[in-house]
Amino acid sequence: MATEVSRPTSRRAPRQQIGLIEWLRKNLFSTWYNVIITVVLLYIVAQTVISFVSWVVTAPGWPAAFTNIKLLLTWTYPVDQLWRPQAAMALVLLLLGLSSGLWGGIARMVAWGAAAISVVIGLAAFTFPDLPDQTSLPGWLFMFLCAVLLAGGDLLARRLGQKLRWPLIVAWLLSYPAVILILRGGLGLPVVETKLWGGLMLTLILAISGIVLSFPLGVLLALGRRSSLPVIRTFCVLYIELIRGVPLVTVLFMGALLLPLFLPGGESIDALVRATIAVTLFSAAYLAENVRGGLQAIPKGQVEAARALGLNVFQTTLLITLPQALRAVVPVLVGQFIALFKDTSLVVIIGLVDLLGAAQNIVGQPQWLGTPGGVWRETFLVIAAIYWVFSFTMSRISKRIEDQIARSRH
Amino acid sequence: MSGNSSNEPIIICENVNKWYGNFHALKDVSLRVKRGEVVVICGPSGSGKSTFIRTINRLEEHQEGRIIVDGIEMTSDIRNIDAIRREVGMVFQQFNLFPHLTVLQNITLAPIWVRKKTRKEAEAKAFELLERVGIREQAHKYPGQLSGGQQQRVAIARALAMEPRIMLFDEPTSALDPEMVKEVLDVMKTLARSGMTMLCVTHEMGFAREVADRIVFMDQGQIVEEGTPDQFFSNPRNERTRLFLSQIL
Repeated sequence: MATEVSRPTSRRAPRQQIGLIEWLRKNLFSTWYNVIITVVLLYIVAQTVISFVSWVVTAPGWPAAFTNIKLLLTWTYPVDQLWRPQAAMALVLLLLGLSSGLWGGIARMVAWGAAAISVVIGLAAFTFPDLPDQTSLPGWLFMFLCAVLLAGGDLLARRLGQKLRWPLIVAWLLSYPAVILILRGGLGLPVVETKLWGGLMLTLILAISGIVLSFPLGVLLALGRRSSLPVIRTFCVLYIELIRGVPLVTVLFMGALLLPLFLPGGESIDALVRATIAVTLFSAAYLAENVRGGLQAIPKGQVEAARALGLNVFQTTLLITLPQALRAVVPVLVGQFIALFKDTSLVVIIGLVDLLGAAQNIVGQPQWLGTPGGVWRETFLVIAAIYWVFSFTMSRISKRIEDQIARSRH
Repeated sequence: MSGNSSNEPIIICENVNKWYGNFHALKDVSLRVKRGEVVVICGPSGSGKSTFIRTINRLEEHQEGRIIVDGIEMTSDIRNIDAIRREVGMVFQQFNLFPHLTVLQNITLAPIWVRKKTRKEAEAKAFELLERVGIREQAHKYPGQLSGGQQQRVAIARALAMEPRIMLFDEPTSALDPEMVKEVLDVMKTLARSGMTMLCVTHEMGFAREVADRIVFMDQGQIVEEGTPDQFFSNPRNERTRLFLSQIL
């Protein structure tokens, strides 16, 4: 005999929102000892914030960073040639603006962020006109121009649409040699030796070169380590384990001191090139291990399915395993790129003056000797903020990529 | 080569032997499959049935014996292996769809890269196949967004997109919820009736009885019995087969 089961009609989940006061009472003031802990901690936090803010307002050393902004940004790059870093930056921002209009997504997020920062810096520079301006194009005007390029590129690309796709990809590929050409000179432009480069410009060039060059190298090493050919596998394992076994400083020193010994005829390679090679070789070894981790996480069935469909080994790697492996390790890779960006500050020890090196030099300038307590706190806080902006941008990009991948899963 | 008279077997396996270390996984397995024939391979787990069909497209390497697929002998020459794989489609127990590609991309990938079709041709064919397996509207979703039964139907469409002469099924319904087994079996039945040569490792005896031309029973790496479904179910000769049937029917 069948019994009828009573079926409840579906209804809404009960509301679980609670008010602020209720939340405070429940989480911070529930018992007498929680009240004490909350009050004591609040007092400590408030004291810290108040004393930090009052220090920021009264600190005498801020002019050190701002009057030396040219040194922080480009170090000893010739004053009459400063339009060139500006042109290089304008070029990259224009491409970023165009990408934002064409692809949206991550490019748009970065472009809008950059435009906002440009406007803020431009306004700040405009408000304090007594800052030393050594460029023919005033700094504040240039920053507004950057914002205009970003926004204009975005609008232009939206109008042109998909026919811009391939030209833009080619332009991005050419942008790296173009930027180097603009900065270094040649082809009619007066040459500016790299030993005059420095500051944020040098930090960015090193970091971007390191990231762009170490990525393909690291992927190849990761694939090589899983190769069935013993010679390739052994070489990759040796390389990876050797590099991972020594600190970056050692690799930099080897690049700076040992490499010239092995080269014929006292031929000296540019110090910046040597540093770039060292950073790239170092980063590639770590990258290879991260990518290998991603490759190992891919089920064997994926390769079997690809092979059963007739895809060859090369196609299987390029279309099936590598894309999945790279997606899986995006957070790790971006983390590594952030580390690489900050690690470039180690080039100070081989005589290059990056952002950190420029700051150290500014702190030692004689005119700040009379400032009580020195100017190092203020100066280093400024460059910390610069490092943070770039690192934070990278971590946001990573978050966006992860979100996109997660969306395609469900 | 291909296109011989229809009496010529399309798959010839002669005394195929395979070892995993010291374990003798396939013992003198010989089987001939005619064009358009549907052969179901069954047997207890560990009997070597999956290993056997995986040697036919070289996902497992055999160490002794000969395998000739559509006139091409399987050797370690990579060109022969690739030529055979283009003619043989495979459907796996775990679907093995590519999770980073949409359904449509899963299906068009091999035709574009291996058969060198244009994207347009490949997509037209893909939509036709999706129509056939009844999930055209899911073309732009990712595999992770589909049910198991839908994923397996996509996997069948993906294999068919290469226009293979032979389809291998390796326990295609074993990882599915009971509710979804039927939708996959229906697709397979239609395929069998359309004249496709099929080799299916499966425990679905209803399917075997309905569409198989021949049933092969394997145990401990050997073929112990083969025959038409009628002979096999009503009058099994081997003691081991009788035991197996009594347990699963």
